[in-house]
Order: sequence, then C-alpha cells, then structure tokens
Amino acid sequence: MKLNLALAQINTELGNIQANLEKHLTLVKQACQDGMDLLVFPELSLTGYVLQDLVPVVSCRPESDDPFFQQLLDASRNIDLVVGFVDEDSRHRFYIASAYLSQGEVVHVHHKVYLPTYGLFDEGRFFAPGDSVRAFDTRFGRFGMLICEDFWHASPPYILWQDGADVLLFSSASPGRGLNGEPKLESSTWVEHINRAYASLFTIFVAHTNRSGFEDGLNFWGGSTVFDPNGTLIAQAPYFEEALTKTEIDLNQLHRTRARLPLLRDERPELVQRELERILHK
Amino acid sequence: MEINLSIDPELVRKILTEFIRSEITRVGFSRAVINLSGGIDSAVSFVLATEALGPQNVLAIRLPFKTSSGDSLEHAQMLIDQFGCPSVTIPITEMVDPLIAREPGMPEIRKGNIMARARMIVAYDQSEAFKGLVIGTGNKTEILLGYTTLYGDSACSLNPIGDLYKTQVRQLARALGIPEPIIAKPPSADLWAGQTDEGELGFTYEEVDKLLFLLVDQRYRPEECVEVGFDEKFVRQVFERIRKNQFKRVLPPIAKLSSRTIGYDFLYLRDWGT
Repeated sequence: MKLNLALAQINTELGNIQANLEKHLTLVKQACQDGMDLLVFPELSLTGYVLQDLVPVVSCRPESDDPFFQQLLDASRNIDLVVGFVDEDSRHRFYIASAYLSQGEVVHVHHKVYLPTYGLFDEGRFFAPGDSVRAFDTRFGRFGMLICEDFWHASPPYILWQDGADVLLFSSASPGRGLNGEPKLESSTWVEHINRAYASLFTIFVAHTNRSGFEDGLNFWGGSTVFDPNGTLIAQAPYFEEALTKTEIDLNQLHRTRARLPLLRDERPELVQRELERILHK
Repeated sequence: MEINLSIDPELVRKILTEFIRSEITRVGFSRAVINLSGGIDSAVSFVLATEALGPQNVLAIRLPFKTSSGDSLEHAQMLIDQFGCPSVTIPITEMVDPLIAREPGMPEIRKGNIMARARMIVAYDQSEAFKGLVIGTGNKTEILLGYTTLYGDSACSLNPIGDLYKTQVRQLARALGIPEPIIAKPPSADLWAGQTDEGELGFTYEEVDKLLFLLVDQRYRPEECVEVGFDEKFVRQVFERIRKNQFKRVLPPIAKLSSRTIGYDFLYLRDWGT
C-alpha cells in the first residue's frame, strides 16, 4: 500500500488564526491537486508558537461547530490532515494540540505531554500538559502523533510503537540554535539524529514537519524529514524556507524491513513494565 | 575544554538576512537606516541589510565629529561605493559642541556618551525621513561587557549581530566581502583621538571572547574558568562587568501596582499579530 504524504513546512502569523487558516486551505487545495493523501502541518500551525498571553485568545475546539475547525473538517473530506492548534477543554485548560482529521471527522487529538520550560522555552507557564500517548487507526494503518518536546523523550515514541503505530507523525516549532562551525545548526543535527534513530530502532516510518520563519529573534529552521523503517532519509524539505514536501511512502517496506530485522517481534514490553514497576516502587 | 568560536558564515548569513527581511517587512516597512562608523560591526550589519532588502532600501548614515579619524569616513565611503546604496553625511559637531562647551573640562566619557546619543538622534530622525527601521550594530561581546552607550549606539529597532562575538563578526565580515582595511584595523569607538576598544577594556577581544564563551554559552562557573587556565583577576573582572551591566540589557523596571503590569504579566512578543 502506498501513501502520498505531504509535509506543509509553513511560516505562521503570530496570533492571527484567520490568516493561518487561509494558508492551510490554500495548501490543502494544492496538495489535493497533487494527488496527496495526507498533509501534515507543524506544531501550533493555526496560531504561531510564542503565544504567551495570546493563548486564551487563540484557543479553539476540534469540533464541527467551531468556525475554524468547520472549514478544516470540510477540507478533510478530500485529504487527511494533521493541524496544530491550542485546545481549550471544557474546564478551560489550554493544551498544545495536534488533530488528525479525515473524511470530515476528528480521528484523534494529541495533547503535548512534555512542555519545555527551560532555557528559551516557557510552555509550562501557559499550557497544561497532556496525559496520554495513544496510537490511532487511520485509513492507511495505525499512526501516532507527537509534538516537539514529546519526541525529545524516548518513551512516547516507544509507547506509540508498542500501541501499534507503524507511522509516527511528529510536528514541531523548533527554534534554531547552536553554532559550531558546521553548515547546520546543532538543533537541526540533533533532531535529525533522533528521528533517524526512532525509525531504525522501531522499524517504522517517522515523518517530522517543522516550521519556518521568525518570531522576534527566534528562527524556525524547517528541514522537515521523512525516514523509512530502515532509517533511510526518503524526503527532506529545505532549511529555513516554506515548502510543501511530497513523498510516496511504500507501507510494504514495513514487511521487508521486519522480515530482515524482527525488532518489533522480539521486543519484551512485559520486561520493561516489570523493571519500571520495580524502579518506581522500590 | 574545547572553545569553538568558529561559525559557518553562509549559515549565519542566511539566518541573519532572513531575520532582517522578516522583522522589517512584517511590520509594514521595506527599508532600513544604519549608522556607518567605518568599523567592522556596522559594516557587517550594513551588508546583511543590503542583502536582505536590496541596497536601494538601505540608507547609510555617516556622522563624523570634528575629532573623528579620517579613516572612519573613508572606510564608510568604501562600503557605500561597493554596495551602491543611498547615503547621507551629517556632521554632529554642531549638535554636540554647545552642550560640551557648557562645562569646560568635561571628562571624555561624558563627551563620548553625548556623541553616541547625538548619533542616535540623527539615526531615528533619518528613520522617519527615509521610512526605514534602525538596524543595530552591537555585538555579543560588547553587549555582555556593557561596552556601549545606553540609548546611544545601543538604540535600534532590531539587531542582527547581537548574538555573535566580536571574533565571530570578523569571520562573517570576510565572507561578506568587507574590505580588508575595515577588518584589520584596531576596533575603536572613535570618540576621541587614539581611543581603541582593547586599550580601554584592558584585554583583547580574542582573549575575552573565549572567556565569555565559557561563562555564558558553556555555563562554566568562574572558578572553573580559572581551573582551565584563565587568570583569576581577569575572570573576576569580566564576570563583574557582565553583572553590573545587566541594566543596559533590560527595559527599565516598572513598579508593580496593578494586577497586570507591563513586563511582568503582560507578555507578548513584538511580532504579536504579524
């Protein structure tokens, strides 16, 4: 089975949902014309990233009566979508969220579970952390979604793998940083290393959509990637620029790689559970 | 201990030109103005601005004082000619002299500050006339050391090179094609005859950048810097300079009274809504 995947590496307007929604819909149209099956937008693609006191102003609900989601759900009748937004729950807690939309329905919503609140990051001040990591079924197989800091921790990708995900969709708004004389920022090198590692260790597809553009002095470095179950880079967007990066994913590669390398078959989650329980309860 | 201050100039050039273009155009402008001193920092900021916006959209301002070195004016002119941008030359002597004349024997530091602030006034006036934002030229070394005049040369709308140490600015300057005499000459604020940065600071940029890299970027404690070979007095002096000059790096504190106060719990980026 083939999946035509497109990564929408976009810049956003900070706090201007209407302008960002219009950009989403334009790219949806383009991706549909190009015969794509799934279009993935970056973290907080509807709102911009350093929201601070804008958080409660730009929040929305991933439901058909929300004016913004209504249009996105309509768009999802032609192509599956992953969009980034601020989710306000019924108790008025705010989450950094990604929604998977397909055929007019919300298939899954992930709330970012790890909120970086150190260095240049201040997410924990403005957002509530999510408390679940779940794979979900799509018309192309079982997928998992994570947002930026979620995949700087090894456990969420591991959990999704064990929950049956064969394709991980990562989204981020990653600020570029780290000069060392190399033609690539340290942040880019690091993220590419770990994404390749997850694909290799779990024999799965890992697609990462990052942002481009600036917010004040922060640059978002783009460079979105797709790695296959062998850990081979099969698509990469340019650094620092907006791009619609398209690639065909051959899901039969899962069969070929796992026939050679049965890491999933041989994984022992009960052992992990036993040892974690011992560590946590000693 | 590895002190690696090398940069990939093409990577830095790409990020900084995109930064300038983004931060100027998103607020509705397409132009910039910049005070060209003839030194390397303003030369680098200037060339980045011309690459980002096109030379016709960057106004170069030369602001000589009667004691300024002739080289400064000439070197600024070399850049203007090489990159082909509009320019104005506005001597500040007549602005500055009457204020200085009120106090015979005024110390050089006060005169220097007056000149730096006079140049700021001209830059912001030209900013309005040319409809361009003021590009800053302060590097990371001088910002950390506080070797700058508050509301003088530190005043700007955006600063592309403020996260590059002086020695990194030199690497970028070569890649940008800045004439060698500008790169090679001793850095100077040129506020009085014979002034050099390194003479006034008491150490070289080469030395202090390595120490700053450890203290700031690598989060070394001062005593760890001494352990790896830096002179204890030098480390203490630099650490104190960083601490004492924090006031130059932040907005003035507002006394909190209400439940929502600018700077504490009224938090938005400058790019809000754009």
